[in-house]
Amino acid sequence: MALLTLDHVSVAYDKQTILKDFQLELEKGKLLSLLGPSGCGKTTTLRLIAGFLEASQGKFMFGGKDYTKVPANKRNFGFVFQSYALFPHLSVYDNVAFGLRMRKVKDKDISSRVMRILEVVNLNGFEKRFPQELSGGQRQRVAIARALVIEPDLLLFDEPLSNLDANLRLNMRVEIRRIQQELGITTLYVSHDQEECFSISDQVAIMNKGVVEQLDRPETIFKYPATEFVARFIGFHNFIEFADRNDAGEVITLHAGGRMFTAIAHPGTALPGARKGAIRPDDLIVSGDTSADVVNALPGIIKVSTYLGRSYQYVVETELGDFTANQEMEAPYLSGQRVSLIFPQDKLVLVE
Amino acid sequence: MREKHIGLGLFSLLVFIFLLGPLLIISITSFEPGTVLKFPPEGFSFRWYENIFNTGGFLRTFQTSIIISLLGNLLALVLGVPAAYALSRYDFKGKSVLNALFLSPVLIPGIVLGFTLMKYLIVIYHLPMYLGLLIGHTIIMLPFIIRVIASSLSSFDFAVEEAALSLGAGRVRTFFTIVLPNIRSGIIAAVLIAFLESFNNVDISVFMTGPGVSTLPIQMLTYVENYFDPTIAAISMLLMVLTGLLMFVIERIMGGFSYFTKR
Repeated sequence: MALLTLDHVSVAYDKQTILKDFQLELEKGKLLSLLGPSGCGKTTTLRLIAGFLEASQGKFMFGGKDYTKVPANKRNFGFVFQSYALFPHLSVYDNVAFGLRMRKVKDKDISSRVMRILEVVNLNGFEKRFPQELSGGQRQRVAIARALVIEPDLLLFDEPLSNLDANLRLNMRVEIRRIQQELGITTLYVSHDQEECFSISDQVAIMNKGVVEQLDRPETIFKYPATEFVARFIGFHNFIEFADRNDAGEVITLHAGGRMFTAIAHPGTALPGARKGAIRPDDLIVSGDTSADVVNALPGIIKVSTYLGRSYQYVVETELGDFTANQEMEAPYLSGQRVSLIFPQDKLVLVE
Repeated sequence: MREKHIGLGLFSLLVFIFLLGPLLIISITSFEPGTVLKFPPEGFSFRWYENIFNTGGFLRTFQTSIIISLLGNLLALVLGVPAAYALSRYDFKGKSVLNALFLSPVLIPGIVLGFTLMKYLIVIYHLPMYLGLLIGHTIIMLPFIIRVIASSLSSFDFAVEEAALSLGAGRVRTFFTIVLPNIRSGIIAAVLIAFLESFNNVDISVFMTGPGVSTLPIQMLTYVENYFDPTIAAISMLLMVLTGLLMFVIERIMGGFSYFTKR
C-alpha cells in the first residue's frame, strides 16, 4: 500500500479552484517529482501535504492514518524552501538544532545528531556561521540538513535549486539524490525544470491545471507521453490529427489527408483511443527525395530555415499543417525547396 | 581627489545653525543668574536648575509623563504588534480600510482628537482623568508602533515561519522564538519613536489634564504663561541631556543607530 495518498482532494483560494478532485500516491522510499508550468498546482499540492494549506474537500492519508486535520507542526515532515528560509538570527548549528529542541531531545544527543547531519551535507566546520555569511549553495545545504536532522517521515522540496546558478544546480541535484538514496527517505520534489526532475526522480507526475496528466518513470514519460500537454511540455512540437486508426498486432495503421502512416504499439503505453500523433523535431527526417510516394512520408515546402549551430531547423509547410524538424547536415535546404518529411514509425507516438 | 563644494558646505553650515542655533541659545540662557530670560546671560548660576526641583510640580508631572508614556507604550505594543503582524502577513477583505483606520490618529488634528476623547471619555463616560490620559496616549502611539513594526515585517520572509512550523514549533512559539527576534530592531525603534511622540505630546494631553493630573509639557506650558524666568530653559537643557544619555545607552547596547537600518 502506498505511504502517502491524496484522495479526491480539492483546494480553493477565494473562489479560485487550484486543485480539484486531485489524486496522488507515493510509495515508501521513493522520490516523486511534481513537474509542470507555473500555476499548475504543484506547489499547492506540496503545501497541502506539509500542512500549510487546508483542503476544502477530500482526504490526505499518510502511513495509514488520516492526516487531513493534523497541523503542520505535528506532521514530522521536512520542508526545504525555495528561499531556503533559514532563521537569520541563529547560527548554522542552532538552525539545524531547532527541530530537535522542539522535540525535547537531550543537549548531548542534539550535538551529535547535528554534527552527523552536517557531515552528510558536507558542511562540517560551519556550525558557528550565520546564514548571511554563507553562499546560496551552502544555505540550501543547511536547509536540507535542518529538514533531515529530525528524521522526517517525508521530505518535501519546493523548487530548492531555482535560486542557484547553473553549475551549482547540477551539483546540488546529484547531492540531493545521493542523500535521499543513502537515507532511503520518501521524498516529494516540486520543480518546473524538466531535466532536474527527470534526473533525480523515481517517478515524475506531470501536472496541468490542477490535474496529474501523467505519472510514470521518467524514461517512460520522455519516450511515451500520454497526452498532448505532456508531449508539448517535454519537447514534442509536431502533432498530426489522424482520421482513423487500425490496430493489427504491434503495428497501428493510421490515415491523415489521404496518406497512410504506421506507428509501433509499445506495450503498456498504447492508448486504445488515441488518434493524435506526436513527434520530436529531432526525430523528424527531412528528405530531398520527393519522388517516392511511400508510407510515413509527407511532401512539403521549406518555409523557414534557421541555423542552430549543431543543426539546422526547418519549418516545413505541408497539407497537414506546419512541422518543425531539426537536421544535422552540411548544406542546408533552402526556403521554398520541395522536400519530403519522413515520420519513423518507432518515433511516432500516439497521445490523447 | 575629492571635489570640494564650497557653496554646499556653506549651505549645510547655515542649515545646521538654523536647526541647532535655538537649542544652543536656550542652553546658554539656562545659566542666567537674573530673573528674566536674557541672551547673552549676565553671569553663570545653577539657580534655575534648583528651581526646577523646588517649584511648580515639575518632578511630579515628569513622573506622570514617564509613567503614561511607558504604560501607553506597553498597551500600544500589545495592540499594535498583532495588528502589524496581521496587516503584513495576511490578505483579507477590508485590509486597506483597517490600515487607514490605524493611521487615522496621525491624520486627524490632535486638537480634534483630544477634544473628542475628552468629550466622550471624561464628560460622557466619567472615566478618571488619569485613565483618559493613558487611553489618549495609547491611541497616538499606536500608528507609530504599527507603522514601524509593519515596515520591519515587510522585509521578513514568512517562509521562515513555515519552516519553524514544519520543524515542530507551534504558532505561538514560532512567533516568540522566530518572528520576534527578527523584528527586534523594528520593535525597539517603534518603542523609541512612540515614546518621544507621547512624551512631547501637548494637544491630546491638554484636554486630559486638570487638577492633580498633568504632564511635563503641559506643566511647562502653564509655567511660561505665568513666569518669565529661565526655569524652562533649564528644563529644556536637562531634557536634551537626558535624550542624549538615552541615545548613548542605546548606542552602547545595540551598537549604534546603524542597527535600525541594517538587517
